[in-house]
Amino acid sequence: MGKKLLLQHENVPGISTFDVYRKNGGYASVEKALKSMTPDEVTEEVKKSGLRGRGGAGFPAGMKWSFLDRKSEKPRYLVCNADESEPGTFKDRYLMEKIPHLLIEGMITSSYALGANTSYIYVRGEYMYVIAILEKAIDEAYKAGFLGNNILGTNYSLNLYVQPGGGAYICGEETALLESLEGKRGNPRLKPPFPAIAGLYASPTVVNNVETIAAVVPIVNQGGEEYAKIGIGKSTGTKLISASGHINKPGVYEIELGLPVEEFIYSEEYCGGIWKGRKMKAVVAGGSSVPILPTDLILKTAKGEQRLMTYESLSDGGFVSGTMLGSGGFIVLDETACIVRHLYTFARFYHHESCGQCSPCREGTGWMEKVIHRIEHGHGHESDIDLLVDVAKKIEGNTICPLGDAAAWPVASAIRHFREEFEYHIRYPEKVKNPKHFEIEPFVSERLLVNS
Amino acid sequence: MRQMSQETKNMEFSADTRALVDRIIKRYPAGKQKSALLPLLHLAQAEFGGWLSVPAMDYIASILDIKPIEVYEVASFYTMYNLRPVGKCLLEVCRTGPCMLRGAEDIVAHLENKLGIKEGETTADGLFTLKTTECLGSCGTAPMLQCGADYYENLSNEKVDTLLEKLKTVKDHSTYMRSNRQEI
Repeated sequence: MGKKLLLQHENVPGISTFDVYRKNGGYASVEKALKSMTPDEVTEEVKKSGLRGRGGAGFPAGMKWSFLDRKSEKPRYLVCNADESEPGTFKDRYLMEKIPHLLIEGMITSSYALGANTSYIYVRGEYMYVIAILEKAIDEAYKAGFLGNNILGTNYSLNLYVQPGGGAYICGEETALLESLEGKRGNPRLKPPFPAIAGLYASPTVVNNVETIAAVVPIVNQGGEEYAKIGIGKSTGTKLISASGHINKPGVYEIELGLPVEEFIYSEEYCGGIWKGRKMKAVVAGGSSVPILPTDLILKTAKGEQRLMTYESLSDGGFVSGTMLGSGGFIVLDETACIVRHLYTFARFYHHESCGQCSPCREGTGWMEKVIHRIEHGHGHESDIDLLVDVAKKIEGNTICPLGDAAAWPVASAIRHFREEFEYHIRYPEKVKNPKHFEIEPFVSERLLVNS
Repeated sequence: MRQMSQETKNMEFSADTRALVDRIIKRYPAGKQKSALLPLLHLAQAEFGGWLSVPAMDYIASILDIKPIEVYEVASFYTMYNLRPVGKCLLEVCRTGPCMLRGAEDIVAHLENKLGIKEGETTADGLFTLKTTECLGSCGTAPMLQCGADYYENLSNEKVDTLLEKLKTVKDHSTYMRSNRQEI
């Protein structure tokens, strides 16, 4: 049984209410920070913990905090990124729905560390019922004196608000989120300046993911060094993994970083193995944008080492044979899944979600969607596969924000590892007419098909 | 018809909603009231029949003291704002990868069959609009759909049938659209 720092009370009845949360040790980090630590001491603990941003990029959180312009005369802001939209990721929703006070506690402690007196939680608009849960919890926290003026009798004051989004994946990119919070279209900003210098209302701003902010609570409670003892190397602490797809037990799991991927997939404690007694074909380990890996490469690295759930192990081998931990959106595909069809849904997603600001992304995502659509539906040409590789290459690195890369990587990796499936669709169009083609007749390598 | 009747209607929030609007605007620093645009568009959509007409958007512009174009460009950017009338119950089925793997396409086909409409269409009685949507962050409970503020998860054809029957008997469908309107 792995150690839990965020979800240890997930099954306590009434944990979403202030009273039950408080009885289970809630808001201790606020008391400790406000009464016995300076803001810089809190930041120091976060640095020592080695906590890395849990939204996907994995940038060290303490370092991000230290970039905040503390000399500016302008007010500082902490903005929580709860615009969880990466396909395969639903951990933040789970956390906010089950234990809303954990996020609020983290917001208060973190805002204190950053010297912010107004903070916002930007939640994707579709999570409307979660917004209701958060607002209720915020009300309770105000009434209990943990929000508002002179919190716990100190001279620290904080107002906390929830802001709904409007349904745009791009607002998960932090500068697009800030644009949206200012009431504009979610077009990412050119950087620099970074939000730490000029963010919300051109003031110094830190934007952190829900899980990152929640992790500040155990870090302050037990100390950064203690937190850093969990995990391996630069992957410290615990991580929430959203498990979905063809597994027996989809859901949100808190794991200690360093858990073997094989154990995560097959043990009863986590995913419980592949559904319907089938075999695994592939895994998207960190949300839709990270490279897909076939079974042999997700369980072991190209060097033959056991693959672990850490930032480093999952990316071992670069994009040639590795992937990324990303947001922890762990999607499992069984042997009947069609890689091309699955990829098509992602290509359509990125085309739909491109903000349209940069030509390579706006045009390229549309072309990728069209070309993959025709391959999947049996109208592809042999040259389409290299065309896709070419389009993906021309998007990658040529856009203001990482959405372009996020759209290109799944396409490039699917072709890298499953090129034969694309060729099969093009050469045997009659076999892919039924949308469930590989459930009806499993995919076989063309080499075997020709020789039989 | 609906569009006509709405455009001629006098656009104004109820007193309760207006009070809520004032509280929302106070969340932002003085002069930054434009930040309230997204929350207010959600309120307008809920209060004015599930979609945003031009007069509705102009009304929001007047409340926030911004140009109408600033509202239009935002409303047309975000997927959740409907710029055309929709049925009383907007059924949005998630269709992205993880949901597709767990049978979202079958759920859409079942709904099309059951409602006698295609994706993107509205039933003749104006009760249901069927849409597909991109990832709603419910991949672990796929397949799923959203109706109003609520998620309906781990769907099967039987569950869909039960939901449709339930929605047909609801008297005031606006509650589905705005069950959390106090909280937006």
